[in-house]
Amino acid sequence: MNAQTEKKPIIEMRNIRKTYGPVIALAGVSIKIYPGECHCLLGDNGAGKSTFIKTMSGVVKPTEGDIIVDGNVQNFENPRDAMEAGISTVHQHLAMIPLMSVSRNFFLGNEPTKKIAGIQFYDREKADHETMEAMRKMGINLRGPDQAVGTLSGGERQTVAISRAVHFGAKVLILDEPTSALGVRQTSNVLATIDKVRKEGVAVVFITHNVRHALAVGDRFTVLNRGTTHGTAERGGITPEALQDLMAGGQELASLEGSLGGTV
Amino acid sequence: MSNETTTGIDERVNEMSSFRNALIRPELGGIIGTIAVFAVFIFLAGDSGMFSVQGVMNWSVVSAQFMIIAVGACLLMIAGEFDLSVGSMIGFAGMLIAIFGVTFGWPMWMAIILTFVICMTIGALNGLICIRTGLPSFIVTLAFLFILRGFTIFLPQTIERKTIIGGIREAAEGDWLGIIFGGKILQGLFIYLGDLGVIAVFSRGTRAGQPVVDGIPMLIVWALGLVIFGHILLTKTRFGNWVFASGGDAEAARNSGVPVSKVKILMFMFTAFCATVFATCQVMEFGSAGADRGLLKEFEAIIAVVIGGALLTGGYGSVIGAALGALIFGVVQQGLFFAGVESSLFRVFLGVILLGAVILNTYIRRLITGER
Repeated sequence: MNAQTEKKPIIEMRNIRKTYGPVIALAGVSIKIYPGECHCLLGDNGAGKSTFIKTMSGVVKPTEGDIIVDGNVQNFENPRDAMEAGISTVHQHLAMIPLMSVSRNFFLGNEPTKKIAGIQFYDREKADHETMEAMRKMGINLRGPDQAVGTLSGGERQTVAISRAVHFGAKVLILDEPTSALGVRQTSNVLATIDKVRKEGVAVVFITHNVRHALAVGDRFTVLNRGTTHGTAERGGITPEALQDLMAGGQELASLEGSLGGTV
Repeated sequence: MSNETTTGIDERVNEMSSFRNALIRPELGGIIGTIAVFAVFIFLAGDSGMFSVQGVMNWSVVSAQFMIIAVGACLLMIAGEFDLSVGSMIGFAGMLIAIFGVTFGWPMWMAIILTFVICMTIGALNGLICIRTGLPSFIVTLAFLFILRGFTIFLPQTIERKTIIGGIREAAEGDWLGIIFGGKILQGLFIYLGDLGVIAVFSRGTRAGQPVVDGIPMLIVWALGLVIFGHILLTKTRFGNWVFASGGDAEAARNSGVPVSKVKILMFMFTAFCATVFATCQVMEFGSAGADRGLLKEFEAIIAVVIGGALLTGGYGSVIGAALGALIFGVVQQGLFFAGVESSLFRVFLGVILLGAVILNTYIRRLITGER
């Protein structure tokens, strides 16, 4: 077809099914995610987006289906397994502590240490230096590494969280609605961050229900609707209107959209 | 995508003045308070003997007592929890040492070690109940405040038919572990200084010729040791980072892979350890254990920590600050005595300074997090 088919997917989700008792949350969803690409996962509330990314990040186990990372079938028991396989999630509820400095947050749980007289100490200089470096790369200018995260804007915090995940070796980065609570300018900052991360060869899975945000950075688009997917479209292969229609479950929205003058 | 907004210094962020930067240090309140308190008492009681060797030793010992429990309370508060059972734990630990060492006649080192094990287990239990049930530590440790105090009265009454057990000093005579809590160091230096005439010597009585201060009590050594240990643990190790994170936002810390439950339970155990150190030094000094020992100590520890700049909500604070808070306490409590002021005013002072410190801390938190 094109160059994409020659590339090997970093992660492939094959025919994922998840049922909660009688409720079918996912009825066989398959996607392939390639390194260096931003794969947008769109869908309305209740479409199964959350359940799907939870299976990918090891939070829930699929009832059926295979997760293939780098050609190997994986069986994630918990989020830690997924993280070790290079799959990192930046949650809506960020793993950031407002009262702590950016560098202490950045290295939280992965603190660098140095040995002095046989005792392990926190290597603050190294942490500060690497944090400033990583922040500069992402275009955030800190007053200093000891600036508290609480003083950063929502978009900057997202960026810190994203660059932290990348710094600690994420190959697949799952962003769960990173722009949903942000203003216009902060959103554009986060989208710029996604672009930078993608250029470093990281695969980004960008969950959103905002078509415009998706089209701004996405390379591929998969729409989930009622636990199923209608296939994956490539950049330029689909119009915003078509995406919107797919998300809303087809034609019902068309009449509504007409009466609202195309504002949705 | 334009990078205009993210590169270059944000024009809306004013340069932080050095004054505001200094305010963000948690110890600042403690430093200012310490200077103020010393200034006031040098003025009020400068010629009363408060700053003679004896006087200094007097308020240093009291400050050191506050410090020992403040270090534990400080680390625990930064980890996001309280321990209201500290005071009762002090009474309970002292009573256990007396019962094991005097009533049962066991060797003193065995009594002390066993007491430490029991008290730290109770500390762990406090933590475990808080973590497992998700109840606020305020309530869980309030329950232990009563449970431990009840046992502290019940045990000696049942066993010895009294609420004070004496004879501890005799029982600890020559005991290697007793010395570590009840002994003194640098005695040679003080005798030398006495001989030189640098410090006063007794002129009459059985101790004539000996210096009025004959060494530094181990209580002070423990206090300084715990402050240094706590400060290094908190600011220079990865565990310290976890303590801040556990108190700042436990959920976020868990998401980052911090073993929050373990950190909190360890801090409850450390608080219990500090309370037991306090109790052991106290019974070694007094030679007896009483059922009413340690009353209200939990609140004094918490106040010292808050004066030292820690936030009651956790995630922020300083051991050095807490130590300065304890120093302020000791100086004021003994200073009022030296200055001849009615000592009940100490409580008025406590209340006023607590209120002032909490208001200052709330303001500082807004500065750090940029809340409006």
